[in-house]
Order: sequence, then structure tokens, then C-alpha cells
Amino acid sequence: MISYILRRIAYAFPILIGVNIITFVLFFVVNTPDDMARMQLGMKRVDDAAISKWKEERGYDKPILWNQDAEAIEKITDTIFFQNSVKLFIFDFGRSDSGRDIGYDISQRMWPSLAITVPGLILGLLAYITFGLTLAFFRGSYVDVSGVILCVVMMSISGLFYIIGGQYLIGKFFHLVPISGYDTGFNAIKFTVLPVLVGLVGGIGSSTRWYRTIFLEEMGKDYVRTAKAKGLSETRVLYHHVLMNGLIPILTGVVVILPSLFIGSLIVESFFAIPGLGSYTIDAISAQDFAIVRSMVFLGSVLYIIGLILTDISYTLVDPRVRLN
Amino acid sequence: MPVIFITDAFIFLLVFMVSAYVLYARQHEHLRAPWHDVARRPLAMSAAIILVVYVAVGLLDSVHFHPELEATETTQAVQSTEVSSLLDLVLDDLRKNTERTYSAPLASYAFSKEMIDLPNGKQIRDYPRLKFGGVHLNNPETERLADISKHIVIGLLFGLIISLLVSTVIVFILGKSHKISFKQAINKICHNDFLVSWTAMLITMSLIIMAACIIFNLSQYYHVFGTDKVGQDVLYQAIKSVRTGLVIGTLTTLVMLPFAIMMGLMAGYFRGWIDDVIQYLYTTLNSIPGVLLIAASILLLQVYIGNHADDFNSIEERADLRLLFLCIILGITSWTGLCRLLRAETLKLREIDYVQAAQAFGVSNMSIMLRHLLPNVMHIVMITIVIDFSGLVLAEAVLSYINIGVDPSMNSWGNMINGARLEMAREPIVWWSLAAAFVFMFILVLAANLFSDAVRDSFDPRLRH
Repeated sequence: MISYILRRIAYAFPILIGVNIITFVLFFVVNTPDDMARMQLGMKRVDDAAISKWKEERGYDKPILWNQDAEAIEKITDTIFFQNSVKLFIFDFGRSDSGRDIGYDISQRMWPSLAITVPGLILGLLAYITFGLTLAFFRGSYVDVSGVILCVVMMSISGLFYIIGGQYLIGKFFHLVPISGYDTGFNAIKFTVLPVLVGLVGGIGSSTRWYRTIFLEEMGKDYVRTAKAKGLSETRVLYHHVLMNGLIPILTGVVVILPSLFIGSLIVESFFAIPGLGSYTIDAISAQDFAIVRSMVFLGSVLYIIGLILTDISYTLVDPRVRLN
Repeated sequence: MPVIFITDAFIFLLVFMVSAYVLYARQHEHLRAPWHDVARRPLAMSAAIILVVYVAVGLLDSVHFHPELEATETTQAVQSTEVSSLLDLVLDDLRKNTERTYSAPLASYAFSKEMIDLPNGKQIRDYPRLKFGGVHLNNPETERLADISKHIVIGLLFGLIISLLVSTVIVFILGKSHKISFKQAINKICHNDFLVSWTAMLITMSLIIMAACIIFNLSQYYHVFGTDKVGQDVLYQAIKSVRTGLVIGTLTTLVMLPFAIMMGLMAGYFRGWIDDVIQYLYTTLNSIPGVLLIAASILLLQVYIGNHADDFNSIEERADLRLLFLCIILGITSWTGLCRLLRAETLKLREIDYVQAAQAFGVSNMSIMLRHLLPNVMHIVMITIVIDFSGLVLAEAVLSYINIGVDPSMNSWGNMINGARLEMAREPIVWWSLAAAFVFMFILVLAANLFSDAVRDSFDPRLRH
């Protein structure tokens, strides 16, 4: 088991290096620091001195890969690639183009993101599994058919409209909770209700339909027929056998997104003005702060890869046959 | 003088490929059978009719040209520098009848108060009459509702007549082609007795014709969906956005398809180090969060466009390049799913006897992949194309909302929503841009979802039996 996990982690490194190289090429080779400087300082009226100053302040004036003028090991370390890309591996994100410490910002902003995504995930799972199981229980009946049609209809509505509709209906029309914003400590709860609810409603369509398929597949298997033949009641078969076995693909499917919960949701956070990592990224995109976007790309990839490793581990826990390969 | 944008060229290529596929599929039973199965499903065929209407609008909007300015006595007829499409010709009235600023749907007064000069020289602050909406009414307060109802009824009557005529012609042709009398054909339609679900198609078509007639008739006198901040008709924007949505939904798939198919087949067929490299490639790309990759790429495109502003002849051309680029980036983030599916399927297929036999006969690897493997994975490709479509249309709205989607100058549902978000805070609320974008998007995506469900059920061999 340990060796399996170690092997999986070892496989992850080439992928991270790949991601690192892609972001490096995107941000420093396709567009040179000169282009970035011009973009930041205004397109037309900018002289070379201002560009040099901008680059020097951010350390973008170094050579890209190989520093001919430096001494010994610094030939490699005193370059843009090493300073800005390689250091991401030890989670040294450096400073943003506007001079802020990205690592500190991330450590501060991940909590609001988690306050939205974690309750959203748990409540969502509970709701979708209940709905999916109900539809599967009533398979073929009017409940099932109308439920599936409703799912397709809900899937066809853009997530943006759930947010706008939720904000208008609950925040503005009924005045139940604030439309947007955030607060510290327990005061934050009233700000998280709406985003969590909206995220939950927005996911009903696709998730319920998917879970229904999983449960239906499970219901067609031999062990269900055996259980029924032994005289077990329909509800007992449903809750003890179908639900438990159906949870395996559902929960292992959830594991991959667990680490990414830190990042939060870009759209939800920007709509509800939650000061999390999602809105951090959105702000960086609109301010064209390349350093933050670059850090978030790398962080997102790392979290996704951790999610993949966790998925593999959870598979081996659930199904020991996987370990033997 | 026609103008061909890059995306136009791709759309024509796509039309050509679809036509070629239809001709090819007609002659091959294994491709005809699942499509016949789709055609038997009433819901799917209703959805297909709706999709056809959208595609027709999108195609009309893809034929661009420089409109000719009318010759005056002093000058010769010259071509305008602006670019127009066939759809613009059709919607010329909608485009030209602008107001000064916001106006509610079917309104005859402006949305906000302005200073008005009275004939006697005084000024009062009141809601001014619109330049176009309800301008034929003498006294809008009392006449407007009656007038609107009247135009709805007239539109409905016209719609009924047209849809009856069209339906009769279709039933007549159906009767001829099935060699039965007209009466028998009507009977069969009423009992939904044809192999193809014509009844559902006729009903959907009639409903669309009636709705179109009502909207058309109303739009001659009012702004059906109101006007936006700069006074442009919202209905016009929503219709113009159809092309953007369709381009994103189809071109993205077209762009990524060759890579996904080639990589998937090669990884599954050759295995070994080729498989390792391809798997490494798609895991790496997959692990970068899609939105962030798109954001990064669009940022870089903006830098590029900013530095090469002189290379573009017009704003439209620049917007078009950005649209194509967005399709390519979306393609890069979405090809991995299809590639993985194809790899898994090819791994299974390569062990089957006919592939082994082909290998034993010394058929080259290339022809085994193209002649023996590709046709047997095409159903996966087909299902992926239709399922991805609706997701991509929705993605466009989200990306445009955070300003990393299509160019802000381009008509798109995402830009309409983005423009409307600040209006939500106004009191009374300006809701019609959102409503128009919602209606047009919802109908398209719902139709696409229903159609793709039918295609999946008919093409997936596991579900077919």
C-alpha cells in the first residue's frame, strides 16, 4: 500500500513539471515581460525607461533561462525561470505585479472560499443522493418521468440565472439575507446561506440525473435480485444494498474535487462579493496581474493532482483488486 | 462584395462536412439505423426543428458583405466600410429603430424622466414618448393595451394561416412519397403513424411559426424586448447572439476533433511509450483548471492584439479572431475527455479478431486505425459532439460574464447578461436584457439537451438493446 502511494506521488512530479513549463511558456515566452509592462503601463505613451523600471521592480529584467553574467550556481538560479517558476514548487509564490505577497493573500483568502464550498458539497451530496434515490425507487412511474424532465429543464438554465434569480428573489424581494458581502467569524453565516443555496439548486439537474443512473445500474445487478428473492423488503434492499453500493462511485467521484475546494468558485464568489480565492483570481484577471494568475494556475493544478492521487488511494481502499496491478 | 471572416470559413467547412456525412450515412445501413431511431422519437424531432431554426438564423448571419451605400448625384455608389450580414438585411428595421436609452418591452414611453420642451416654450420633467415604440398611438395610456392585443391577434391569425399552408404542403408531399392519398396521409399524421415522427415536427413548426408571426407583427410597432442602455433593440441583440452561441458550440468541437481522434486511437492502438506520452499530455493539460487556462490565454491574446493593433482592418475582424481563439482554447481544454474515451475503447477493440486478422494480413497500422478502428468508435465521437454542444453554449455565457469570453463588441448572450448585471440594482429593475438572453439561451440549450439524449440512446450500443 505504502509503495503504491509513493509510486503514485512519484508519477505526479512529471505532470507538475509539465504544468510549470506550460505556464512559463505562456507567460514569459509567448509574451515577453516587455509586452506585459506595456500592457500594465498603458499601450501607447510609454517610454523604454518606464518599462525597464517596471521590469526591474518585479525582477523580470533577468535573463529567461541562463544568466551569463552571474557566478557559478547563480547562472541558473538568477533567472526568470528559476525565480518565478521553479520556486512555485516550494509554494513560494513571490509578489504580485502590484507588490502584494501572494502566499499571504492565499492563506487569508482560502477560508471564505472553504466556508462556501464545504457546506455546499456536503448539503449538495445529501440532497442529490436523496433525489436520485427517490427517482430510482419510482423508476418508470410518473414521478420518475416528470423528475427526469425537470432535471433536463434545470440543466438547461445557465448557472448565471440561478445566481441572479436567487439574489433577486431571496435577497431583494423577501429581504431574508444580504445580497452579497462577507464578514468575519460567525457573522459570516448569513452571508454564506445564499451562495450555498444557489450552488445547490444550480447543481440539482445534472447531479440528480447522474446519481439516478448510478442507482438504476446498481438495481439491475444480481445481488439485488438475490436479496429480493430472499424476501427482503423493497425499502431494505434500497437502503442497505443499493444505496451502500451506489455510494462507492459517487464518493470516489467526489474525492477528486476535495482539494480544489480551496480554490472556490470564480463565478459565485464574484457575484456574491466573497473575498475568497475565486474572486482573488477574477480580480487578478481584470487587473491583468499575471503573477497572481500564474500562481493560481499552478496551485489549481497541484490541488487537482492531489485529488487524483486521493482518488486512486480511495479506490484501493474500496476495491483491493486495484492494488494488485 | 462578400467578406469572409475566419469563423465564416470554418462554418462553411462545417456545413460541407455535415452534408458529406448525410450523403455518406444515407448509403450505409449501420449509420442509417440509429438516425432512424432518433427520428422515431417525438421529443427529439421537436428539438431538432428548434435547432434547425437556430442554425438557419446562424447561417444567415454568417454570410457577410460590405453593404453598398446609395449613390447620390455627386458621388458614385461606394461600398461602406462596415460589415453587414444577410441577417442584418432581414432585421434592418429592428437594427435601425433605436431609442435614446432604456425602454421597457412594448413600451411607448421612455424608462426614465427627461426634460421635455413643451410647444409653449416651457420645460417639464416627464417620461418622453419613444421615437419608435408605439409612435402610431395618439393616446398611449388608453390605447396601448388594446393595440397590443390587436397586433397579437393579427399575428396569431397570420401564423395560423401560414402554418396551416405549410403543414398542408408537407402532408401532401408526404402522401405523394408514401403513395397514399392526401386523406390517408392526414389520417396517418393524426395517429402519428409514420416511421418518422412528423406529427411532433409539424406541431413544433406551427408553434414556432405562430410565435415568430406574433413577434414579427409586434416588432413593427414596438420594441418587443425593450431597448438597452444605448437604445438598441434587445430582440435584435438576442437574435444576433445566436451565431456566437452556435459558433462556440460547434467550432470548438470541430477544432479539437482531429487531435482527440488521432491521439485517442494512437494511444489505444500502439500502447507502450506512445500511450505513455499521450496520457502524460492529456493529464497535464487536464490538471490545469480550465477557466484559468482560458483566462491566461485570453489575457495573452489581449496583449498580442494590443501590440499588433494595426494588423486588423476592423473591429469585427478583431472580434472574430478572438472568437476563433476562444474556440481553440476551449477545444484544448475539452479534447482530453473524448481522447480518454477513445483510448479506452481502442484498447478493447484492438484485441478483437478482425483487427488481429488485419494485422496478420500485413495491413499497415495507419489503415487499420482508419478503416477498422475509426468507424467502430464513431458512435462515441457522435455522442460527445452533441453532448458537448449545450455545455459549450452555457460556458460562453459564463466566460463572457467574467470578461474572458468573446470580444465585448460582439453580440452574445454572455455579453448581454454582463451588461445587464449593473442594471439589476436599478429601481424599478431593468430586467428585459436578462429575460431575452435567458429565453433564447434556454430554448437552444434545452433543445440541444433533449436532442443529445436521443442521439446517445440511439447510438450507444449498450443502451440500444
